[in-house]
Amino acid sequence: MRRLFQEKTTRNNTVTYLMVIAAYVLMQLLLSGGHISSALQGQLVPITAYIVMAVSLNLTVGVLGELSLGHAGFMSVGAFSGVIMSFLLESQIASPGLRLLLSMIIGAIVAGIFGFLIGIPVMRLQGDYLAIVTLAFGEIIKNVMNTIYIGLDAEGLKLSMSSSAALNLVEGGKTIINGPMGAVGIKKLSTFTAGFVLILITLFIVLNLINSRAGRAIMAVRDNKIAAESLGISVWRYRMMAFITSATLAGAAGALYALNYSTVIARKFDFNTSILVLVFVVLGGMGNIRGSIIAATILTVLPEVLRAFNDIRMLAYAVILILVMLARNNARLKRLFGQIKGIFTRQQAVVNIEEGGDSLD
Amino acid sequence: MILLTEKERTRMVPVPSHSIIPERDLEQRPILEVSRLGINFGGLVAVDDFNVIVGRSEISGLIGPNGAGKTTIFNLLTKVYEPTSGAILLDGQSTEKMNTVQINKAGIARTFQNIRLFPSLSVEDNIKIGLHNQFKYDMLTGILRLPRFFSAEKHAREKVRELLSIFNMEHMAKYKAGSLPYGAQRRLEFLRALATNPKLLLLDEPAAGMNPSETEDLMKHIQKIRDQFNIAIMLIEHDMRLVMGICEGIAVINYGRIIAKGTPEEIQANPEVIEAYLGKKKDERHADRQ
Amino acid sequence: MAFLSYLISGISLGSIYAIIALGYTMVYGIAKMLNFAHGDVIMVGGYMAYMATTEFGWSPLPSTLFAMAVCTLLGVLIEQFAYKPLRRAPSLAVLITAIGVSYFLQNAALLLWSANPKSFTSVVPFGTLRLFDGRLIISGTAMFTIIICIVIIVGLSAIVHRTKVGKAMRAVSEDRDAAQLMGVSVNRTISTTFAIGSALAAIAGVLLSSAYPILMPTSGAMPGIKAFTAAVFGGIGSIPGAFLGGILLGIIEILGKAYISTQLSDAIVFAVLIIILLVKPTGLLGRKVLVKV
Ligand SMILES: Nc1ncnc2c1ncn2[C@@H]1O[C@H](COP(=O)(O)OP(=O)(O)O)[C@@H](O)[C@H]1O
Ligand SMILES: [Mg+2]
Repeated sequence: MRRLFQEKTTRNNTVTYLMVIAAYVLMQLLLSGGHISSALQGQLVPITAYIVMAVSLNLTVGVLGELSLGHAGFMSVGAFSGVIMSFLLESQIASPGLRLLLSMIIGAIVAGIFGFLIGIPVMRLQGDYLAIVTLAFGEIIKNVMNTIYIGLDAEGLKLSMSSSAALNLVEGGKTIINGPMGAVGIKKLSTFTAGFVLILITLFIVLNLINSRAGRAIMAVRDNKIAAESLGISVWRYRMMAFITSATLAGAAGALYALNYSTVIARKFDFNTSILVLVFVVLGGMGNIRGSIIAATILTVLPEVLRAFNDIRMLAYAVILILVMLARNNARLKRLFGQIKGIFTRQQAVVNIEEGGDSLD
Repeated sequence: MILLTEKERTRMVPVPSHSIIPERDLEQRPILEVSRLGINFGGLVAVDDFNVIVGRSEISGLIGPNGAGKTTIFNLLTKVYEPTSGAILLDGQSTEKMNTVQINKAGIARTFQNIRLFPSLSVEDNIKIGLHNQFKYDMLTGILRLPRFFSAEKHAREKVRELLSIFNMEHMAKYKAGSLPYGAQRRLEFLRALATNPKLLLLDEPAAGMNPSETEDLMKHIQKIRDQFNIAIMLIEHDMRLVMGICEGIAVINYGRIIAKGTPEEIQANPEVIEAYLGKKKDERHADRQ
Repeated sequence: MAFLSYLISGISLGSIYAIIALGYTMVYGIAKMLNFAHGDVIMVGGYMAYMATTEFGWSPLPSTLFAMAVCTLLGVLIEQFAYKPLRRAPSLAVLITAIGVSYFLQNAALLLWSANPKSFTSVVPFGTLRLFDGRLIISGTAMFTIIICIVIIVGLSAIVHRTKVGKAMRAVSEDRDAAQLMGVSVNRTISTTFAIGSALAAIAGVLLSSAYPILMPTSGAMPGIKAFTAAVFGGIGSIPGAFLGGILLGIIEILGKAYISTQLSDAIVFAVLIIILLVKPTGLLGRKVLVKV
């Protein structure tokens, strides 16, 4: 057992898994005891979806080091394709769990394909120009999903860009996506347990990726593109890999999220949602997966907790956000935190040596 | 640009009457043959008509005043910059269609004048990244932790130890690269380049910022590494003791052009080199350039 | 003729985007940050002018000046309290703080003025122009907006290129540390930039509300995003780029609405942006960043 914990990263990752599992078990206990308000119960699946969103965005922003302002676009793509899949499977598969699983897989795959497609222009750009293309992508998806009508009848899937009437559905057919009204008549399939499992899968993928050859290459690209290339690492390939993986996971989260409601509109996945998830990532710490999980949870629950101060709660949220950012970047506070941390962690795996430290002979 | 035939190459590459390639390498194909290499940035001709042949196990040096174009030559050889003219043969193969990544896979590794480590990663990971194309497994193998992952990682770790031991840096494996002292950072960058298993290693000012005893140590190591790995090393350096001490062939660059080529003894005796180094008045230099 | 009138309304809308984009681009060029709260300063400008005209009963010009004064003060205060402490922080930290400021302004507006839309009385002093026997109709708002935009771009160019403040701005934008060494007060220059940018945002708010007279706490968000896009489109950091990007964005949006699809106009705008960036990765007039190795 001791051996397992020797490597700092392994120990760190184990703590993350244990934390998630413990939180899940605790919630289940509280739920069965009837201690959870119905408002919070309604938040459970969204929280798990946002955790997956935050962890996957951290792969792009923290691990790859590129700012994405359109992560909700991938969530949207996953949500709507997942919903369509769930309708298609409704008459084929009896088990709701299996239907949810297949819908999430489809949501993930479709979002992954979009990740690749948007990745083509994105990979050619740098910095803020890259960010604006992800923003543009998110807005395009929102806009297009707002004007699309999709129906399902005995003849199969039908698409229209003008109205649901134009779908010409035959007897017994139903509209799945109704333009600005979004996806309607969804059968609720998502459960808290499904969300929990998706978090575990996401952690497994992201943490193992980071601690492997491909993950190191991604971080090399983040730290220094020219050096990475000079060592035979294809910058395009690894940026794309991180970007697609991130999009795929967001797609799964989108399907999970959408299948938790009876209707879902495209505006749910707009720029503000992308920004919200970005806030989770930055507050949780760049590249810090556990931090993303904690930040996503707290910041999703916080507005609920602040509901008591109904009028000013969002104002309070904004003020807290600003103050936290200021405090985190305050040199004096940082030093203080460092000292406190130093008391508790006697041995550090990554040691910092002061400039001009001892020579090597 | 066309691939040069054997005959064209000999015509285009002016092999100096007295070759400076060490005798032991003469029998074998040179590792690097460069002819008429040049680049301009807008109006500035940074490198012009650069010709050189490097032996397979040669330690060679590029020297010259600041801004002469030495680093630019490294950038051209590694395709960080695309040459405006000229041909490069690496181990007999034209690099015309290659990019930086392919150049490394074909056998050139380098360090940078302004160190470019992966500062947020550990020393060990920096070198493992250098081993990227030595111990391969795909992304899924890594995520699913298949057996291949464990064996490749184990071998990579062993190789990292072995490389670190060259500079007695094993105890630093877990340190963050960005927090190392300057000299150690240079040595780490050297090892990281070596990890890619190059045939030709380019070192851009490897002794910069080092004290005399560190430099002395580095000289020994450069020779040792050349012997042990049997590779060619080309270095840019201002420390004349190092250059004259270990380089077998030296090219002196001034204003983007080779002004002298030869053995250390010949270079030291060359009046033009002495002039370029001691410097003339600015206008005289400009007159020279015309 | 229809095309011409679409073109004119495109240029008019584009003029508003351009004025907002100028604020984005100046702050980016000089403070090296994306001020995401800029769009919400527009909204505040709109509300201030609304208050002045409907509640205090002021006439358009003093109302606009009042909005400009409040926004200038607001911009400087935001910079002092939220951004200045983060001068040396990672750019993402500043971005998130700016987002916090944006939330703050929107929710403060929600508390002060509620979510109910306010109908804004136009400040435009002249009426509709009919040309070619009434076949070409140009609204007073459109003409007024275009004229104001031209005045602003000329004025701003004069400030940047002719005055001492402008020289300081260019110096700080080129190299902050070197400018500091040369005796330029970096803090004061950045403050001035925020002041100018926010005053412009107020003007944009008044013009926007005159053209689309429905005012809500979120009114600034979408024009903000579009103007940011326009700034990137033209090459962020470049003043002529912001102008060009804004105008082009307005034209594309209106023509897209008229000839392709009303609902998909946003998608068209953003798709064109992506295509432009594919061809010119640093925007239309952006400087290519040279990486020396
Ligand atoms: N990317 C670039 N763009 C423009 N000029 C460059 C670039 N890289 C190098 N130069 C110029 O080329 C000349 C040679 O530079 P360099 O090769 O770095 O000299 P050194 O011999 O000191 O290594 C210098 O005048 C330098 O300014
Ligand atoms: Mg150099």
